[in-house]
Amino acid sequence: MNRETLVNALLILGLLAAPFAADAMGEPFYVTLATRIAILALAATGLNIALGLGGLVSFGHAAFFGIGGYAAGILATHAFNAEPLLFGLPGTNQMVSIWLAAVAAAGMAALLIGLISLRTSGVYFIMITLAFAQMIYYFAISWPAYGGEDGLSIYVRNAFPGTNTMRPMSFFLIAAGLLLAGLAFFALLRNSRFGAALQAGRQNEIRLAAVGIAPFRIRLVAFVLSAMMTGVAGALFADLNRFVSPSMLSWHMSGELIVLIILGGVGRLAGPLAGAIVYVLFEFALGGVTEHWQLFLGLVLLCVVLFARGGVVGLLAGRARHG
Amino acid sequence: MAEPVLEIRNLEKSFGALKATDDVSLDLRSGEIHALIGPNGAGKSTLVQQIAGSLKPDSGTILFQGRDVSGLDMAARARLGMGRTFQISSLAGEFSALRNVMLAVQASAGSSFRFFRPVMRDASLIEPAREALSRVGLSDRASVPAAELSHGERRQLEIAIALAQGARAFLLDEPMAGMGPEGSQALTRFLDTLRAQAPVLLIEHDMDAVFALADRISVLVYGRIVATGTVEEIRNDPAVREAYLGEGA
Repeated sequence: MNRETLVNALLILGLLAAPFAADAMGEPFYVTLATRIAILALAATGLNIALGLGGLVSFGHAAFFGIGGYAAGILATHAFNAEPLLFGLPGTNQMVSIWLAAVAAAGMAALLIGLISLRTSGVYFIMITLAFAQMIYYFAISWPAYGGEDGLSIYVRNAFPGTNTMRPMSFFLIAAGLLLAGLAFFALLRNSRFGAALQAGRQNEIRLAAVGIAPFRIRLVAFVLSAMMTGVAGALFADLNRFVSPSMLSWHMSGELIVLIILGGVGRLAGPLAGAIVYVLFEFALGGVTEHWQLFLGLVLLCVVLFARGGVVGLLAGRARHG
Repeated sequence: MAEPVLEIRNLEKSFGALKATDDVSLDLRSGEIHALIGPNGAGKSTLVQQIAGSLKPDSGTILFQGRDVSGLDMAARARLGMGRTFQISSLAGEFSALRNVMLAVQASAGSSFRFFRPVMRDASLIEPAREALSRVGLSDRASVPAAELSHGERRQLEIAIALAQGARAFLLDEPMAGMGPEGSQALTRFLDTLRAQAPVLLIEHDMDAVFALADRISVLVYGRIVATGTVEEIRNDPAVREAYLGEGA
């Protein structure tokens, strides 16, 4: 087993073990904290496909996170009020159906945004993805049917067959299960033919084109897959808080996802998880002491960028090897 | 005579007032090495870029295997069989030499939208890639990241990539540049065998290599082709001697 595999295993085991310990000690709050870590890690793992493997610095992934969140909120509201949604279709309070809807909605949005924004690169790509996300953000604010600026409450957490999702431990296991599936998907993708083309495009897009692979199509598919995973995380996040608001769509959220990846390690399998652990623990430990806790996070981020480019995973496991 | 593999007709490209490519027509026939020579700034690389599809000509046509490829991008032309090497090596630096070649094998198989099977356990990619590396003599450097290879090895790797693409024509942009005398000689011997596989358009400064290898030579001066002919004809062409080889050469 190489060092990175060991680091990955420890991070995942740590995330899985902590809530059991907290639950045994009767501290459900810590279970919720671990759930938050798992969901943010899943959202950032989605972004890691575009940003880490493809080098596509999307500053608009909050759009997909928020779209997933609103998919959950809107479907749940319609199910709760027993009002049909569209063309007589009912809402639903089943998580699995909601996830599928979140994946479809985020994927569609990413296809449209990607078709336009992937024609640019570098700082233009960053700005155009930001612009699209902000458009959706302002749309959500001005859409009174689903709460507008005030957001949308989900009165009862959505259901998953065979378990009571209101129990913190049950919901944690659902979120952790999806995170593990997301990490497995990322690992398979990275080592596949598609992953090879995507990563080659990040390193040198002229080389990719010169062997006969058009970078645009590879990147578009990667962008859509990336958005789908972040969309599922958004649906979970809505269920965690039982609340969706336009803030899930704001550029702060996009920035937060990028920060998680940089903290943890860009393009590394467990980078987003490591980043989410550091971020949420920081927020928890310092957030109670000072509302300016992000100042200290900024200092940590500065140190990572200056002295530890590989993030937490790079620090613990050394440089990435590509075989 | 068979139809040429690559045929360029009346190509024009200007940058402002500078005519980088001035009514260039040339062809590449099956089985030959056609060398393109010319002094610095003659527009050789500009011409290669237009042929490969990374630069759009102002006018003119490019026929590849009888098909007009003028409207196709670089990736589409590569899929049709243009195997290009760069004046300054262009590789996926983090990937090993082997993975760089595997990418070309995967591209020629047209199978980049496979999401799950790990490439490093895929013999249908690894075997042809190893074969191409061994043909250029890089077998023992297969696992070294491309960025850590020496200058000469990177040039060999680019040729291995073009081989693995199953190129129908090779566009080699100064493959000898920056190589020592031994490296140049070894590469000359290798290129000599390459024309049996597919014709080579060779842009090169190294005159020894050009005279040793070329079936035909075209001389480019200020964007214009001033002469095309066999090695003997070019050696004895007064216009060429004046423009390029220098008086008394």
